[in-house]
Order: sequence, then structure tokens, then C-alpha cells
Amino acid sequence: MSAPAITIPEGDIRWNLPARGPVGMYGLIAAEAAIFTIFVVAYIFYIGKSVTGPQPRDVLHVPIFLTVCLLSSSLTIHFALKFLRNGKVRSFAFWWLLTIALGAVFLAGTVREWRHLIYDEGLTIQTNLFGTTYYSLVGLHAFHVTVGLLALATVLLFTFFGDVGQQHTERVEVLSMYWHFVDVVWVVVFTVVYIVGR
Amino acid sequence: MSTESIALPLSGVSHRPLVEQLHQWVTTVDHKRLGILYILYALLFLVFGGVEATIMRIQLIRPHNNFVSPQVFNRMFTMHGTTMIFFVAMPILFGFANYLIPLMIGARDMAYPRLNAFSFWMTAFGGLLLYFSFVGGDGLYGAGNAPDVGWFAYAPLTSQTFSRGHSTDFWILSLLVSGFGSIGTAINIIATILCMRCRGMTLAKMPLLVWLNLVMAGLVVLAVSPLTAAQLMLLVDRYLGGHFFDTQAGGSAVIWMHFFWVFGHPEVYVLVIPAFAFASEIIPVFSRKAIFGYPVMVAATICIGFIGMSVWAHHMFTVGMSSSANTFFVLSTMAIAVPTGIKIFNWLATIWGGQIQFKTPMLFCVAFLFQFLVAGLTGIMLSAAPFDWQLGNSYFVIAHFHYVIVGGILFTLFGAFYYWFPKMSGRMYNETFGKLHFWLFFIGFHLTFDFMHIPGILGMPRRIYTYEPGRGWDIWNLIVTVGVFFQAAGVLVFIGNLLRSYWRGEIAGSDPWDAWTLEWSTTSPPPTYNFAAIPVVKSRRPLWDLKHPEDPDWQYE
Repeated sequence: MSAPAITIPEGDIRWNLPARGPVGMYGLIAAEAAIFTIFVVAYIFYIGKSVTGPQPRDVLHVPIFLTVCLLSSSLTIHFALKFLRNGKVRSFAFWWLLTIALGAVFLAGTVREWRHLIYDEGLTIQTNLFGTTYYSLVGLHAFHVTVGLLALATVLLFTFFGDVGQQHTERVEVLSMYWHFVDVVWVVVFTVVYIVGR
Repeated sequence: MSTESIALPLSGVSHRPLVEQLHQWVTTVDHKRLGILYILYALLFLVFGGVEATIMRIQLIRPHNNFVSPQVFNRMFTMHGTTMIFFVAMPILFGFANYLIPLMIGARDMAYPRLNAFSFWMTAFGGLLLYFSFVGGDGLYGAGNAPDVGWFAYAPLTSQTFSRGHSTDFWILSLLVSGFGSIGTAINIIATILCMRCRGMTLAKMPLLVWLNLVMAGLVVLAVSPLTAAQLMLLVDRYLGGHFFDTQAGGSAVIWMHFFWVFGHPEVYVLVIPAFAFASEIIPVFSRKAIFGYPVMVAATICIGFIGMSVWAHHMFTVGMSSSANTFFVLSTMAIAVPTGIKIFNWLATIWGGQIQFKTPMLFCVAFLFQFLVAGLTGIMLSAAPFDWQLGNSYFVIAHFHYVIVGGILFTLFGAFYYWFPKMSGRMYNETFGKLHFWLFFIGFHLTFDFMHIPGILGMPRRIYTYEPGRGWDIWNLIVTVGVFFQAAGVLVFIGNLLRSYWRGEIAGSDPWDAWTLEWSTTSPPPTYNFAAIPVVKSRRPLWDLKHPEDPDWQYE
């Protein structure tokens, strides 16, 4: 090389790497998405293949109110984080609590729906393929909602003890990514189970 | 660069009581210790899986042999496959990834040290669950009973009707638990590589091993999760009376095959990409040349990752799929040979014109090049659906994939052991015993797996516990079994060499191979904190730059 060697002073290398939290959460979301994909594929594959009743169109009602609740909880958690970022912990706590309440309403609605299906319609996980795939897919999602609610409640508990502040925004944001993911999954589950599958 | 280490006030570490030392190993979150735990754990299971293989081969050494019963034979091939894939190959590769990645990217630990420990212990617990089935498989009612459904556990064999007792449940749960561990480690590897690199190490300056492990981790996230989902469905079927794979209620046995192989084929690439990674580090150092075509190597790996996700149903040609599905999977399977071929040419071009040093790691890598080529060629033969209809589920298939896993993956793994043993232990291995291991294993490998193709072509199906004389299979089975003893002798020499060298080997020094990546810049074994000062790199070969300030790499990259 005829050109003189250029030495780069160490301080001049601009060095910004992504934060660990979101990257790890994206990894978890990718893995969870793959799990849900398999359950959704199984559900779609088995639509209309049950050899005995009841069939989805006989017993399923579209849970519009519950869907609105869950999807709007994505909005409320977004507002909550906005307040936390600005250091308004009290407003954060309010919107956070509202998120939990909306999630809890959704979960309670699922419980009511399942109770109706089991006791009034006689549909259990053993009844037919529809029962097997329905309870597995919706149950897997409800399980994720439950885990999310437990995590959200933990943050709320810390907030009440005054241990959550502006400096925790990034960590709480990682948790909110999970909650958004659970909501997005519901959009898929809702479409597949209550619209396509009915 | 951090060549000197900080003297810690813990100078008497090795004199601590044994219990305290063991306690440190159990509670550790250090990536190097967890890496070594992974590797030792996998070596233990390698012995278990090897014993199971030996039992099968003794049973098949001659027609009408009565060494084990058909039932035991079924358990042996199930346990052999499951053990080797999930509790040998994956943990050993995770072990090396754990140990090497932070050192190679100039970090002090993985991104999530505690998740790292959690993942290891999940994997370890999964292995214990699988082997507990030998005593607990039948519950309290009978003798011990290991799973006997085959490592891919096709429905309806796994239903309650055909699989009494708990053996299949142990199989499901052990894979579920170790699967969580694998996903945790994969996420950890991704986050470590993306977020923990030292200053100056852009993605294009990472060592190839790090790049390849990034692709491997991505594949684990996308491939092991479907297996987890399928295992959950199987649990629903077995415990809650579901009908996912229950054909009498309209369920499908074929969808289990799809779900399993959506995991099962990317899994092959999960295992072989780290093997490529070892070869890509070892071959340049022992050829005294930089790797040929670094960007192409990265591109080819990513390409393999993508195509590898879309070839799974070539395991199912004999099941009977539509002709359009067959065509798709034939073409995608043949296409994956292209990036793989690119890699082989790049390794050859790296060796070409180099000052080749045939140390033990290099011997294993050169053998890998030829053997992996043959494995790829039989793979292309089997990828043609009509050919596969003829030879699917025969010993030809067994010979093909053992050529990949033993001839490709295990050979580079042995190379990696010899290459990084000085770094991990601080001592050199014995070169004579290393070469003896190589030649014993090389001869044994070729006796076993070259000749295994032939009974396959002659129609010998896999998983039979015995066969009739006079079909032309006898002599080949005898040769195959004889090869196993050579391989076993080779592994004994290997383990003996490691143990002897650990206590009596020469002191290695921090850089015995005159290598170029960051792990060689710190002491052997590295201190807990890896680097006294976090390094700054400017090229793909930072140690070359340090040793040759008059002609550094970064002028050319």
C-alpha cells in the first residue's frame, strides 16, 4: 500500500449498540410467535374436520366487547409509559391500573365463555377436534394473558411501594412489548377462531 | 490490549475445600464455567449414547443374534437418537458458544448471565428426566422402561393405547424442559452478539464463529419452538384426552410428522452451522492465511439458515404427499447444496497456497471437508423424491445422516476440543495421542459408515432388531460393527488424553497457535473477568494487527 497508514484515535469510533432488554424480548417474542404459529396452523388444518358436534358455528359467539377491552389495553399501557417517561408516576399508576383492569375483564370474559361452553353446550377438550384445538389455542393465549397480568401486577405493587420511577422506563417498556405482543396474538386468534373458523 | 491480568486477592482459590469449590460450580453464572459444564455434561451423555449404539451394533453383528430382545432394541435406538441430538450435540455446541463468544467479541460475560445458568440447569434436568425413565418409565407397576417410540415419535405410537406407562411422557417432558433451556440460551447468544461487542467490532468484523453462531441461535429460536408446541399438543392428547393426533376422531398422524420435521430439519443446520464455525476458525490458523471470502461465507450461512427452514418435508417423501409438495421440497433441498458448496470451496481456497500445519485440529477439519462433501452428495441423492421412495427408511439414510453428524459435526467438534483445550485448561494436549485418536476414529468411522450404505442399497430397513441370513447383508453388518470398536477405542484415547493433559500437560501460554482472534489475547485459562481492559479492534484479526503493526489487516478490509 502506498497510502500512509491511517491510525484511528480510539475515542473517535462511534459506538452505539442496542440495549439488551428489547433485543432479548424480541427473541422471546419470536420464539412465542413460532409456538403460536404451530397452534394456529393446527386450528386451521382441523377446521370442519370434527366427526361429531358441536361445531363452532353452533356454539361460538363473537366476543366483540372482550376484544375491544384487550386491544384498548395496548393503548392504555402506551399512555402509562408516556407518563412514566415524563416522571409523572401517579398518572403512570392510574393508566397502568386501567391496563390491568382491562386485561382482567378479558380474562373474566374468557372464563364466562368457557363455563358456558362446558356446562351449557357440553363442549370439552375431549369432545371433538374443535374442542381440542379451540381450548388449546385460546387457552394458550389466555395463559399468556395471565402471565402478563401477573407481571403487570408486580410492577403495580412496586409502584405502590414507591419503587418505580422515571429511571425504570426502559425496563417497564420491555414488559410493555410483551403485552403488545399478547394483544397482537389475540388479533390473529380472534380472526382464525371467530371469523374464519365459524 | 489486555495481555496482563489483574492479581486478585484470591490467590489461594485452588486450596479451598472441595465442597466449596463444587458449590461455586453449581452456583456459577460465569459463561466460561457454564460452557465447561455444558461440555462435560454432553461428554457424559456422549458415553451413554455411544453405549446404546454399541448395544445395537452388537445385536446386528450377525443374523438371528440374541444379544438383546426386540423391546430393548427399540428402547436403544430411541434413546440413542434422542440422547445424541438433544443431550450431546446441542449442549456441546452451546457449551462452546457460551465459552467462546464473549471471549471472541471482547465482552466480560454473556448478556444475561443468570438466564445462562438457568438454561444450563434446565437442559441438565431434561437429560436426567429422560434417563430416569429407565427406572421410572413403568411407574410403580413394573420393571424399568425407557421410551421406545423412535426419536421422532410418530403418531399413533405415542397415543395412550400403544404407549402404556410413562416412558413416552418422560420423553415428552425431557424434550420440553431442555427445549426451554435451548431457547433461553439461543436468545442469550443473540443478545450477547448484538449488544455486547467491544468497541470497533462491527458486524462485519466479527470472527466467523460468532456470525455462524448468531445464525444458529436464530434457527434455534424458530425451530425448537415448534417442537415445544408439538410436545404440548402431545401432552394434551395423552393427559387431557385431546385428539390432535388421534386419527379415529378425525385427527391426523401426518400433521405430527410436519410439526416434528419443521423442527427436525432446521435442527440439522442448528448442529452443522457451529461445526462450520469451528472449521472456519481452525482452517485459517493452521493454513496461516486469513479466511477466503469472509462476506460470502456470512451470506452463504444466512442463506442456509433461510433455505433450511423450508426443506423439512423431504423427510416425508415416502409418506405420500401431493406432487406439487414433492416438487417444492425436492427443489428447495437441492438448492441448499449451493450455499453449502460455496462454503466448501471457500475452505479449500483458504487452504490453497497456505503453509499447512497438520496438527490434530487441522487433521480433523481436513477429514471433515471430505466427509461432509460425501454426506452432502448422498443428501442430494436422497433429495430426489423417486430415489428416496426406493431408499427412504433404509440403512442408506442412516449412513447418510451419520455421515453428516459424525463425519461432519463430530469431527469438527473433536478438532475444536483440541484447538481450544489449551485455552480452557491452560495446558497443551499430547499431540501423539491426538493423532492416534484421529486415525483410530477415522478408520472406525469409515469402516462403519462407508459400508453402512451398502446394506441400505440392498434393502435393509432401519430399526429392525435382526434379519435373515443369506440376503447379502451379513458381511456388511459385521464390518459396520467392527468399525464401532475402532471408534470406541478412539474416544477412549481422546478422554484419556484430555484427562492426562489436564494434570500433566505442558503449560500452554496464552497463544499457543499464533492465532488471531481475541480469545488468545488473554491468559489461559482466562480470568473470571476475561479482559483486564476491554479491547478495541479495527479488523477481523485484531491479534494480527497487534503482532504486525507494520502491516495491519485494517488497511485492507
